[in-house]
Amino acid sequence: MINRTHVHCTVNGDEVDFLSSDDTSLLDALRDELGLTGVKEGCGTGDCGACSITVDGKLNCACLMFAPEAEGTEIGTVEGIAEGDHLHPLQQTFLEGAALQCGICTPGFLVAAKVLLDENPAPTETEIRYALAGNLCRCTGYDKIIHAVQEAAVQLNGVTK
Amino acid sequence: MKYAAPTTVDEAVGLLASDADARVFAGATDLIPQIRSGSPEPSVLVDLKKIDRLIGSSESGGSWTVGAATPTSTLTADAAFSGAFPGLSEASGLIGSDQIQNRSSWGGNLCNASPAADSVPALVVNGVRAVIAGSNGERTVAVEDVVTGPGQTSLADDEFVVEFEVDAPAANTSDAYLRLIPRTEMDIAVVGAAVRITMDGDTCTSATVALGAVAPTVVRVPDAEAALVGSTLDDATLEAVAAAASAACNPIDDKRGTIDYRRQVAGVLAKRAANIAAERARA
Ligand SMILES: Cc1cc2nc3c(=O)[nH]c(=O)nc-3n(C[C@H](O)[C@H](O)[C@H](O)COP(=O)(O)OP(=O)(O)OC[C@H]3O[C@@H](n4cnc5c(N)ncnc54)[C@H](O)[C@@H]3O)c2cc1C
Ligand code: FES
Ligand code: FES
Repeated sequence: MINRTHVHCTVNGDEVDFLSSDDTSLLDALRDELGLTGVKEGCGTGDCGACSITVDGKLNCACLMFAPEAEGTEIGTVEGIAEGDHLHPLQQTFLEGAALQCGICTPGFLVAAKVLLDENPAPTETEIRYALAGNLCRCTGYDKIIHAVQEAAVQLNGVTK
Repeated sequence: MKYAAPTTVDEAVGLLASDADARVFAGATDLIPQIRSGSPEPSVLVDLKKIDRLIGSSESGGSWTVGAATPTSTLTADAAFSGAFPGLSEASGLIGSDQIQNRSSWGGNLCNASPAADSVPALVVNGVRAVIAGSNGERTVAVEDVVTGPGQTSLADDEFVVEFEVDAPAANTSDAYLRLIPRTEMDIAVVGAAVRITMDGDTCTSATVALGAVAPTVVRVPDAEAALVGSTLDDATLEAVAAAASAACNPIDDKRGTIDYRRQVAGVLAKRAANIAAERARA
């Protein structure tokens, strides 16, 4: 019989419980057990960042964690970035700046960019590029993504680089 | 695979001793990609991160202790640690993206035993020691003696690295690590070079040089060390360092670099890292 472990954690501020096999990735548990399909699988091996989430405030790849490791942690996903119907400035600037095409990389970029802006409200372009180096996009060519993050920084903090 | 999160070293050793296919992990940033690409699955996944001694760093009595599962981002963010060991901090900070940094550990980087592991040459030049626990208790060995070949370590099935120990650098001593990768981020070293140097005024009185990614394991370069000691790092000395580093390589030919290219780059990086370490040691 397959072992199912009970996991209790906080996701986007809500306490949740789920059952998962020990060898399930946190990525699969978030998508399949909790229906959080904003967390994407691009590679499953830590290279693309499409599965980016925060764990206790730190940026992580959900594909590189086993689901039971989430026990007792606070997890943040792209679903927690907007406030109700009110999009976060990053979401708004990504939309307005056409910083996405197919969109599969977008949730990961948003989570990673929000961690950056929370820690560094006025990043330089170089700092943004390094902070997002763990997120790959096969469509946009990155410039529009960088610009969207710069624009969101300005809107959020009223500062320019 | 079953998941276990022991909270004591003894409990973890017990899990390893009772099942030869049990495997420890810290960040799983090597383990999960390897399992996904077809490596045999462990029977028990022993998560080391809930054991107090495995996480965090501290200094006391002139010596540092770093838990083997400590995320490298914790070390690079530690100003006291990064100030004492700037090269080791830089090498640790080069591992992967921010996502990877929040999980990757020295224990995993070392015991995964990749010839290209970035922290290892810097651990070696700093004389870092690994404290290893097993059924027979604990033993302490030089980091150099842990990796025996690609993917191979000297650890027994029931052993794992608990923590690392390193003496605070002597006066006027500092280190540097440089690597060459085809991109500016997120790639595997073609060559890595670490140097630690002690200066007395303009004269080098002690030096350690180690190269990564140019042989099955990290290699020390005694001839480069001998050339540095007693010198002022003049041009002739730096040429001798480069020549010794090139000669110490036993590299592979692959898509990242030919044998000749790796040899040449090893020389250039060793020379540059020596200069940076010396400059820091004088400061
Ligand atoms: C996208 C990406 C980019 C990367 N970039 C780099 C890079 O630039 N440079 C680089 O050097 N590496 C890189 N890596 C590889 C990896 O992140 C590092 O080797 C990392 O330090 C491994 O640490 P970990 O804690 O995640 O190891 P784990 O995956 O947890 O473990 C790795 C191996 O070591 C063993 N192990 C772990 N801890 C211990 C211990 N305490 N005692 C005994 N055995 C132990 C495990 O059983 C396993 O065999 C990258 C990986 C990814 C996915
Ligand atoms: S799916 Fe996790 S990094 Fe690509
Ligand atoms: S928009 Fe398609 S991968 Fe980024």
